[in-house]
Amino acid sequence: MTVAAGYPEGLAPGQAGLSRAACAHCAAQLVPGQGEFCCTGCAGAHALVRGLGLDAFYRRQETAAGTLRPPETLSTDFAPHARDAGKGVQELDLIVSGLTCGACVWLVEQALAAEPDVLKARASLSTRRLTIAWRGTPGRANDLAGLVARLGFKVAPWSPACLRATEDAEGRALIRALGIAAFGAMNVMLVSIAVWVGTDMEPETRHLMHWLAALIGLPTVLVAGMPFYRSAWDAIRAGRVNMDLAVSIGVLATTLMSLSETFRNGEYTWFDGATSLLALLLAGRVLDRAMRRRARQSMAELLALQEGTVALCLADGTTRNVPAESVRAGDVVLVAAGERLRLDGTAEEPLLLDTSATTGESLPREIPPHTLVEAGAVNMGAAFTMTVAAAAGDGSLAQLARLLERAEQGRGRFVSIADKAARLYVPIVHAIAFATFLGWWLGVGVSWQAALVPAVAALIVTCPCGLAIAVPAVQVAAVGALFRRGVLVASPTALERLASADHAVLDKTGTLTEGRPELIADDTLDPGVLRSAAGLARASHHPLAQALVRACPEAPAIAGVREIPGKGLIRGSARLGSPAFCGLPDDQGSGMELVYCVAGQPPAVFRFADRLRGDAGEAVAELRELGLETELLSGDGAGAVEAAAAAAGIGPWQARATPADKAHRIESLRASGRHPLMVGDGINDAAALSLAHVSMSPGTGTDVAQAASDIVLRAEGLTALPAAIRVARKAQALARQNIVFSLVYNVVAVPMAVLGFVTPLIAAVVMASSSIIVICNALRAGKETSA
Amino acid sequence: MNALVFLVPAALALGLLGLAFFLWTLKSRQYDDLDGAASRILFDDLPRKDNKP
Repeated sequence: MTVAAGYPEGLAPGQAGLSRAACAHCAAQLVPGQGEFCCTGCAGAHALVRGLGLDAFYRRQETAAGTLRPPETLSTDFAPHARDAGKGVQELDLIVSGLTCGACVWLVEQALAAEPDVLKARASLSTRRLTIAWRGTPGRANDLAGLVARLGFKVAPWSPACLRATEDAEGRALIRALGIAAFGAMNVMLVSIAVWVGTDMEPETRHLMHWLAALIGLPTVLVAGMPFYRSAWDAIRAGRVNMDLAVSIGVLATTLMSLSETFRNGEYTWFDGATSLLALLLAGRVLDRAMRRRARQSMAELLALQEGTVALCLADGTTRNVPAESVRAGDVVLVAAGERLRLDGTAEEPLLLDTSATTGESLPREIPPHTLVEAGAVNMGAAFTMTVAAAAGDGSLAQLARLLERAEQGRGRFVSIADKAARLYVPIVHAIAFATFLGWWLGVGVSWQAALVPAVAALIVTCPCGLAIAVPAVQVAAVGALFRRGVLVASPTALERLASADHAVLDKTGTLTEGRPELIADDTLDPGVLRSAAGLARASHHPLAQALVRACPEAPAIAGVREIPGKGLIRGSARLGSPAFCGLPDDQGSGMELVYCVAGQPPAVFRFADRLRGDAGEAVAELRELGLETELLSGDGAGAVEAAAAAAGIGPWQARATPADKAHRIESLRASGRHPLMVGDGINDAAALSLAHVSMSPGTGTDVAQAASDIVLRAEGLTALPAAIRVARKAQALARQNIVFSLVYNVVAVPMAVLGFVTPLIAAVVMASSSIIVICNALRAGKETSA
Repeated sequence: MNALVFLVPAALALGLLGLAFFLWTLKSRQYDDLDGAASRILFDDLPRKDNKP
């Protein structure tokens, strides 16, 4: 590799001090023949890091292989995203992908701080958010973002979606409530233990202790319980019964009873039970939310990286990069080769578009002039100008988003297992408590205050605690385990729905296949020819050229290559491009081949195809083992779909399915009582995804598909899919076990409480032990299954 | 009994102090980046500025 040339003095890559097998910057495995680096980008990044005197980075760095590989160019214009913070100071928020460890945070912050005009650079490892403040012009935004990109991190403007995922006012309110509840519980316990052990205590002292407990307990219950009261109130207004209602009634009744006991100086008050119950439940709530927030953030990050700007053509003939939302109908935009269309529009010239995201066809399609093309297609031909037909808010993507929202509301009717348990539990327990009260008051003939004690004891001992924590604890453990495997669970009921799925409908392009062209291996190809063709291809962003580079990553870049847009590349007598460009007859017109010719040598033809994912067959077989019927539904032509179905081992398949066909198929499956799992990545799958019982999309899918899905597979490959189903089923089984366990516990505890044997001490022991057992059982959901 | 007059208010005051401190940490957003804070403690060098403006 020749990249060592042009290094500043003393920065030759031989000094990196890492073994020769791995890239000195990103630690990716090196192909034999490469020197120290896997690509020129890494060589540049390494020079930058050393040039800043920050080579301590490599001693701190523990990153996954290859994540630090720098992108070739910066595709977005960051200047419009800078905001004026006053006094000539500009601020920019970026989302930085690939920020995996403390060393990355350190490197990014140090590299930016070394810039003379930067006032502040602060990166957050949890949210991947980087805030930069500098004195100067907004235009510097591109230099600073470029600096981070050159270090090997992917950067994108911080989008409103990221903000929604991160700015979690409700989560902060929960943590606050937890802090208050924990404080209250600990201090009430201080007083309560004195009462429990101080059997020789004077009644006056005990009275003082009760008042003290009330003083701490009352405000705690009122303030820290708010999240539960609010949710319970919402449920009542909607005419439903949920677990929070049981918790609220239990806590409030305990508090009122304790207050009445305080007034009449009864033997015990129960403020400790009420406050520790709140603290325990809030802790579960906080963990549950943090776990889901992490998944939501990762999804927002995936989407932010897809967002980009469009090149608006100005009246003076120049172009300016602007956010797609600011373009109006009638504006003219420039679409570069290989760029994804972000708006609907028409062009004056014939186009070659890859419409796999909107229709599912894997082969690029010729579009005649003046035809309306929809956002989502990728330009496979030359750059062209397009007259925008509708602003982003009125275009086909926005219409689809509105449809999805409506479908989403319909899905909200799913009743989770916890709510099903609550529907049974709440009336029964409250009836028992009421009967206990009447029995002691009217039957036995004690005062109504005294009769309240066993009644409320029954309420608190039945312990919404075990039951209310039974399901969330399992969810936290399972969602966390899936997150570590690269499966992002966004919806709270997604796991339960996934566990009950019995039919899998898969999309082809981009889901079963990789969704990008790959070189078809051909033994007749000369490796030397491939190498020189790939070197030529490095100059282009055309998807086929990039596929060629991927097939031969060690090929060095060649200088002096000229690109003729839409046709091919020329350097001297060497040509790489369409068959017509190299003087061959265009036999198929599929657009999925490149020809390389040099004067005096026979031309070499490289054919490309959208290849099946390596683990597709295995994943389908595993799905069948799990008892799911599989079928393939694609917008592509019959030949390609049949071949993919046969290769992956899927039985029934349907080709040329329009988005409406897909949605219809899902609806008919649901109507026949099945629970379809839909897996898709395209804009054309979105309607079907949102209608399905549960839906998944790969991390490489379009933003619309990801927004319509319950679960996003960030990990490469499909084997995560059956693994996720297994984890979901295990989680569901554990949640059921926990609920059954809580019920059995109650069958023992309730008679004791009803007969008046339960003191606050026994209640505390019962409550804590049942919660601990339930939590320990839930932790098994996170264990890696060997199967 | 007399000891209670001092000890109980003292215990409560210390507890409230802890609670106030917790609410302050929450307000100053110290729980927003728990992963980052864990490694930040290891950053010992000050940012380098080679050419101050």
